[in-house]
Parts: sequence; C-alpha cells; structure tokens
Amino acid sequence: MDDLIVKTIIRLIVPFIQLYGIFIILHGHISPGGGFSGGAVLGASIILYTLSFGLKKASKKLPHKVSQVMESGGILWYMFVGLLGIIFGGSFLANKGAGFFMGEAGNLLSAGIIPLLTIGIGIKVASTMVTLFHTIIEED
Amino acid sequence: MKKLMFMVVLTGLFLLLVTSILKMPALGSLNNPSYNEVSHYYLENTIEDTSAPNVIAAVITDYRAFDTLGETTVLFTSIAAVISVLQISHKNHNKKKVEKHHG
Repeated sequence: MDDLIVKTIIRLIVPFIQLYGIFIILHGHISPGGGFSGGAVLGASIILYTLSFGLKKASKKLPHKVSQVMESGGILWYMFVGLLGIIFGGSFLANKGAGFFMGEAGNLLSAGIIPLLTIGIGIKVASTMVTLFHTIIEED
Repeated sequence: MKKLMFMVVLTGLFLLLVTSILKMPALGSLNNPSYNEVSHYYLENTIEDTSAPNVIAAVITDYRAFDTLGETTVLFTSIAAVISVLQISHKNHNKKKVEKHHG
C-alpha cells in the first residue's frame, strides 16, 4: 500500500500500540489482560507495519532469525521458570510453595511467577502472529 | 430395510439426546454442577495464595499453569507445522526460478 497518509499515520501510531501491548503484558496480574491479549496487540502492531510498508522493510525491523529465537525462547522460558520451582523446593510451576517473591497485592513487582510466565506467553503469541503473517505473505 | 434400520437407530439417538436435555439443570441455576466449591475457593483465596488481584491470571498461570504450558506448546506445534508446509513450497518455487534463469 503506497499511500502517504497511511504511512505517516502508521508510523505515528505503531509505537503507541506497542506500548499498550507491553503495558497489558506487564500488568497481566493486576488488571484485565495478560499474555495472550497483550501478545496479540503487539503482533497486530507489527502486522499493521507490514501491511503499510511492505514485507522488505518489516523483515528488516523484525528479521526471521529474531522471531525464530522469540518463538522457541518464549516456551523455553516458560519451562525454565517451571523448573525453577523444582530447584527452589516445590513442584513444577509452583509459585508460593517454592518461595518466590510474593510482594503486596496490586504492586507491579508481586505475585511471584505470574508476571514472568505472562511475559513468556506474550513474546510467544506476538512472534507466532508475526511469523505466520510474514510466512503467508512471503509468496510473491 | 437399510433405511428402516437407520430410522430406528436415529430415532433412538434422538430420544436419548432429548431426554438427556430434559434432565439437564436450567441455564444459570444454582444447582449446576459447574457451580461447585472450586470457583468459591478461587474467589476467596486467590489474593492469599498468589497476591494477584486478577483472578483469571492467577488461575491461568498459577493454579493451572501446566495447562497453559500445554496451550503454549499447541501454539508452537501449529506454527511449526504451518512453516514446514509453506517453507517447502517457497524453496521449490525459488529453485524453479533459478533453473529458468540458467536455462
């Protein structure tokens, strides 16, 4: 889509969409939202960029290798956090039983493993959406 | 003969399903089996157990975190399958282009 208005508006609006997605992911344990919805917003921002600027520029911003690492990194991070529970003396994916930092309810740094897992899920969902879209659109 | 047998079997199935619907509790009634003590437990003890005000996030990533691990694995498997199928067709396409170029 080679339109000046669309390009200018997308260039202005994409950082705010991404900020909102990161906000939803990081506040997953306090407010409505979480890894899946925040990751969807993040992925949608990059899809929007691809739609307006084309695949070449978008794959320069987010190369395939980076999204590959994000793809497997999200799930490996999830499993790593789960194994930390065993190392600290609880069951797999234990939260309070393993003695993670619980904090006060409502603070950003609280709730033990919940924010950590939410970040992993968010990265995973965002990279899944982007990779799927880029792979389908690659066909010229 | 075959048609008659089908009709008998389907009528039996229909009657079974209708009677099972009639036995079901009404939508939203308190006697529903899904209104058991589990939901009450979550609502009452989430703050104590996980110190997260968002009960849904607590259920997804604390009480049933293993289920979410499976969900994430499903995402990974689906994307791996899709990419393995699409990437092969891309590679073949490129090869054909190269051959044409040489020819």
